Amino acid sequence: MIVDYCLHVRAVVVVVVAALIAASCAADDSAPGADVTVFAAASLTAAFTELGDAFSDVDPDVAITFSFAGSSDLAAQIVEGAPADVFASADLANMARVADAGAASGSPTVFATNTAEIIVEAGNPKGIAGVADLADDELVVVQCAPQVPCGAYAEQVLATAGVDITPDSFEASVSGVVTKVTLGEADAGIVYRTDVLAAGGGAEGVVIPDDINVVADYPVAVTSGSSNPDGANRFIEFVQSDAGRAVLASYGFGAP
Amino acid sequence: MTRRGRRVGLPFPALLLAGIAIAFFALPLVGLLWRAPWSSAWTYLTEDTALTALRLSLVTSLCATALSIVFGVPLAWLLARVDFPGRGAVRALCLLSMVLPPVVGGVALFFALGRRGVVGQYLDEWFGITLPFTTAGVVVAQTFVAMPFLVITVEAALRQLDPRLDDASRTLGASRWYTFRRVTLPAIRPALIAGAVLAWARAFGEFGATITFAGNFPGTTQTMPLAVFLSLETNPEEAVVLALVMIAVSFAVLAGLRDRWFGAAAQPAGAAT
Amino acid sequence: MTLDAQIGLQLGSLDLDVELRAAPGEVVALLGPNGAGKSTVLRCLAGLVPLDRGCIEIDGVVVDDPAGDVLVEPEARPTGFVFQDYVLFDHLSVVENVAYGMRARGTARREARQRAHEWLERFDLADYAQQRPGALSGGQAQRVALARALATSPRLLLLDEPLAALDAGTRANVRRDLRRHLAGFDGMRLVVTHDPVDAYALADRVVVLESGRIVQTGTLAEVTAHPRTRYVADLVGVNLIVGDVVDGVLTTPSGARVVIADASDGRTLATIRPHSVLLARGDAVVSSARNTWRGTISDIDRLGDRVRLVIEGELALTAEITAAALDDLDLRPGDDVHASVKATDIEVAPA
Repeated sequence: MIVDYCLHVRAVVVVVVAALIAASCAADDSAPGADVTVFAAASLTAAFTELGDAFSDVDPDVAITFSFAGSSDLAAQIVEGAPADVFASADLANMARVADAGAASGSPTVFATNTAEIIVEAGNPKGIAGVADLADDELVVVQCAPQVPCGAYAEQVLATAGVDITPDSFEASVSGVVTKVTLGEADAGIVYRTDVLAAGGGAEGVVIPDDINVVADYPVAVTSGSSNPDGANRFIEFVQSDAGRAVLASYGFGAP
Repeated sequence: MTRRGRRVGLPFPALLLAGIAIAFFALPLVGLLWRAPWSSAWTYLTEDTALTALRLSLVTSLCATALSIVFGVPLAWLLARVDFPGRGAVRALCLLSMVLPPVVGGVALFFALGRRGVVGQYLDEWFGITLPFTTAGVVVAQTFVAMPFLVITVEAALRQLDPRLDDASRTLGASRWYTFRRVTLPAIRPALIAGAVLAWARAFGEFGATITFAGNFPGTTQTMPLAVFLSLETNPEEAVVLALVMIAVSFAVLAGLRDRWFGAAAQPAGAAT
Repeated sequence: MTLDAQIGLQLGSLDLDVELRAAPGEVVALLGPNGAGKSTVLRCLAGLVPLDRGCIEIDGVVVDDPAGDVLVEPEARPTGFVFQDYVLFDHLSVVENVAYGMRARGTARREARQRAHEWLERFDLADYAQQRPGALSGGQAQRVALARALATSPRLLLLDEPLAALDAGTRANVRRDLRRHLAGFDGMRLVVTHDPVDAYALADRVVVLESGRIVQTGTLAEVTAHPRTRYVADLVGVNLIVGDVVDGVLTTPSGARVVIADASDGRTLATIRPHSVLLARGDAVVSSARNTWRGTISDIDRLGDRVRLVIEGELALTAEITAAALDDLDLRPGDDVHASVKATDIEVAPA
């Protein structure tokens, strides 16, 4: 009986220790006050990373950490209570989702714009000149899925241009489109202008005329659950400052 | 130990840990069931997207399993029975996709079988065969990730077989092929079934390699996992319903497997005296 | 209808170099210690192991000739094999096991089953036809293995330690049955065994294999009467002494002297049967025995009415006396004794 008791005690100790280990593995280094967590759309990755570095030079007390993903993923996480201080979305719809759920404090402001552009392989071997050319069945055209912002914009452009295309694939993210085009698997795709620039030498862009193009508004807001609203606001101010705008422009973003 | 403990046959600490493990697996399912939109579930289920994706998933995963068996069993036979130089390296190569992140596998398939791929470019030029963005491409991606599971299971079983069974069969006049059909295969049947089920499950749930290599188009390449992922973007409720469908199908298959199909082989002769 | 085999093979540490012949209707026993290569010889004949050099010819057909680049697969050879622990197919019934060979060679299912049933009748196993091998006893399994091998009408039947997997009790009965079944088979039969009693019961001729070489052939009586190596001598329990004979005296390498009769000079094998050894306590005995050695009893082994004593000393010997004699002399391990052997009781043969 004593043996049984010892065995039980030992078992409970093992379980408690295991739980503690698991908990410590999962626990965030939840920073009090001085840190700001920014959830930003994937298309902002390069630009915001540079902005973060620049901000640290200007305001060294605040440490910025970023989480880049699809805007709808981020919106869903914030609504479920993820510990974000700032949310920068690639479209108004996802920001609205967050705001409707009461997770945004104050009203969001648009800090940048983006436009759609056709991306083709370097050298444009298939000689694509415009949106109308995408309707050619011989071409392998890929597009973002309509469920993601980039895809929604693409559909808008096509609708405005009156072109009906059947893409060969609806990619889950912009990177999927860019990768397939730069690798030569797809002949063309519709992505953001910033993505074409980011692709560098691997790809080229074919400009979409302004009259059929969309303007993607990028809104930013502090989350209502933020643990550091002060730091969050300072970051947002920096983004909208001249310095911030310059950085954004260098990546291809337009002014709001 | 108490009488009850003795009946269970497991010491208490082990039982406790096992119970935690079961809870670990059950909780996500419970979570899904709890958040499922039961009132609108039927609408989502009977929608075109869901049914098409499910049918495509079932067809492609079964094809991938069939291919895994057709090519995987001879491979397992080779690895188990023939001692050739570099066998270890070949085995590692064949099992590589088990440890590769699926997206990496998809990208690798691109470079091999895509339009500009090492082999793919000739497939395109000479035969007009393209694999990316086609259902065949989905099957290829699924087979790539699923076959190693079958190979590893079957090879282990073949190694455990008494090699003299082959000898006995051949001295009785059976060719190698006859021996394989009538002696070896029946002997490894449990492992073959287990391996096929593992391969099917892996193929059914395959996402990363599929979306990277084959793309995503409803009816052609949009399998269930892809449909779930995309519906998560705009309609989480629908995503939950689709996810539950996948779970129900997988559960039915796995639960339907009888214990005895995984059972040990019969006792050897002379054991009963 | 003969077997003519020259087997040359290097397998791991075994260097096999054997010449073997068998005539139809002959049962040859292959005797030898573990590792001698007996099973390997059978596997070569069956085609499970290819030769390095040599030639195997069964019924005039060359089945293995490395020099001539001929290698006939096991399934094409007229050989039947009974394995040491039978290796029956567990997933098939007894009758399916026996029918297997016929089916593999193309016989229709119904006919094969019918003939398999006939074989089972012959082996008294008809009642077990539908059972699985797992349900059989050792003796029954052995009969199934034998029936299975015979069902394909082989010309050469190879049995690898057919009685080794049985316990002592069933062994004698099974051996008797095996003898009967083998007698009904008209091809060549090769039995591998390490038990001389098996050889005695089953075989016409004995071939002794040691370390990959044949050291002796002949009938069992010949071999036991004139053993040529330590192994054979130990196997049938005789004392074997090797030495050089000069003028009727054999001197062993260790210096012991043995007086022998009918000896010619040269290297000689002398056999002393244990029951020819006379033991005496105390001082040296004066008798007509020309040979007397001093020694100490190191081991005593009772076998019913007889007792075997191992004596260490000038010349290591095994002696066999009655239990009564042992008690009378009150011999125990450690006692000093004199061992005597008459010169006429010693058999000699040139080495």
